[in-house]
Amino acid sequence: MALSREQVAMRVAQELQDGYYVNLGIGIPTLVANYVPAGIEVMLQSENGLLGMGPYPTEAELDADMINAGKETVTAIKGAAIFSSAESFAMIRGGHVDLTVLGAFEVDQNGNIASWMIPGKLVKGMGGAMDLVAGAQNIVVTMTHADKYGNSKLLSDCTLPLTGVGCVKKIVTDLAVLEVREGAFHLLERAPGISVEEIQQKTAGKLVITGDIPEMVFN
Amino acid sequence: MAGFNKVVHSYEDAMAGLQDGMTVIAGGFGLCGIPEGLIARIKEMKTKDLTVVSNNCGVDGFGLGILLEDRQIKKMVASYVGENALFEKQLLNGELEVELTPQGTLAEKMRAGGAGIPAFFTATGYGTPVAEGKETREIDGRHYVLEPAITGDFAIVRAWKADRYGNLVFRHTSMNFNPMAATAGKITVAEVEEIVEQGELDPSQIHTPGIYVQRVIKGNFEKRIERRMVRQG
Repeated sequence: MALSREQVAMRVAQELQDGYYVNLGIGIPTLVANYVPAGIEVMLQSENGLLGMGPYPTEAELDADMINAGKETVTAIKGAAIFSSAESFAMIRGGHVDLTVLGAFEVDQNGNIASWMIPGKLVKGMGGAMDLVAGAQNIVVTMTHADKYGNSKLLSDCTLPLTGVGCVKKIVTDLAVLEVREGAFHLLERAPGISVEEIQQKTAGKLVITGDIPEMVFN
Repeated sequence: MAGFNKVVHSYEDAMAGLQDGMTVIAGGFGLCGIPEGLIARIKEMKTKDLTVVSNNCGVDGFGLGILLEDRQIKKMVASYVGENALFEKQLLNGELEVELTPQGTLAEKMRAGGAGIPAFFTATGYGTPVAEGKETREIDGRHYVLEPAITGDFAIVRAWKADRYGNLVFRHTSMNFNPMAATAGKITVAEVEEIVEQGELDPSQIHTPGIYVQRVIKGNFEKRIERRMVRQG
């Protein structure tokens, strides 16, 4: 069965390593924070200027001056630092953030990503997404493998205006985990009960399948 | 010492000199850390054809959103403008011009503007619509886009504490774009929660040195929360 949003987040959380600085985008990426594996410590970066983002505040802790990049009220954990937007993007652009997780409309086999603009629909802006994809050492994209009409979102070439070029390294969809390298999607894992054939059928870009593809394991 | 007393006592004095067609850089992220009273004063002044540079454009009825009500903004430079129905309407009607700018590039444009750097190369936006019409260059195998700096006729910022010298300290994440905006205005006006006695701010803990700030006014802030999220505790 295709993964739920929470399961996608759980699988992405397996990419976290002890000591990582991580920026999580809005939507499914935000849920990753709920599944940080036991025994490892990560520091969440929020691009409005907070390193060490904590959970939502209690009523008593609520503070209008303490928000995340989604403009939600948050808290800071012990060891947190707060700084300006320029400082925040210096650490992003400078490659100091270990992992960025974000959603997308489309990705292609060359690692290009389109996530901010659908021509003909109102464009609200790219926020920090272009800076994040250009700067992060390691980018994981979360998305559904195909749209609601069954059209693949993993393409040979993105059709929508790009957010960044050649930057996506890994994709976790509701059907599969794939690596992007050498101009192709390499299938690493499949969702429990999902066949390689189904993934092949829903992947429009070049898909490389090597040997038996294991099912994802959730602890 | 009067020359270093930057405190003004009315919003009229705080925004004196603002004229039609000027560029105003505003600090804030969403509704967090916005100079509420200075924005309200611009609305009152009915100044038109403004270019406003800020990460967002407020919401309907609050923050920079109120400057849309009488169509005072001609052009908005921002990274994200999705929170605002009136904005959408004026954009679709062609009454409002928008230059969408990646958030980090926007922050750096302000920083560069204030620091006397006319333009800078960044990988952000290369190969995307943002790079169209801009100079690009390959440096050590990576592609970069040349982005011009931004300066403003006015910069309006919100700070937590200030002294009469214009030294500023920001509170929590209301800092956001405010320190860069403060450096990039020909006239920088800081609306602050508290004006403290001289000598009270620790010199090593000042976020924005007073050299960047021309006027300081004590404000009263509603501090509206855009997305109120709480957990049980």
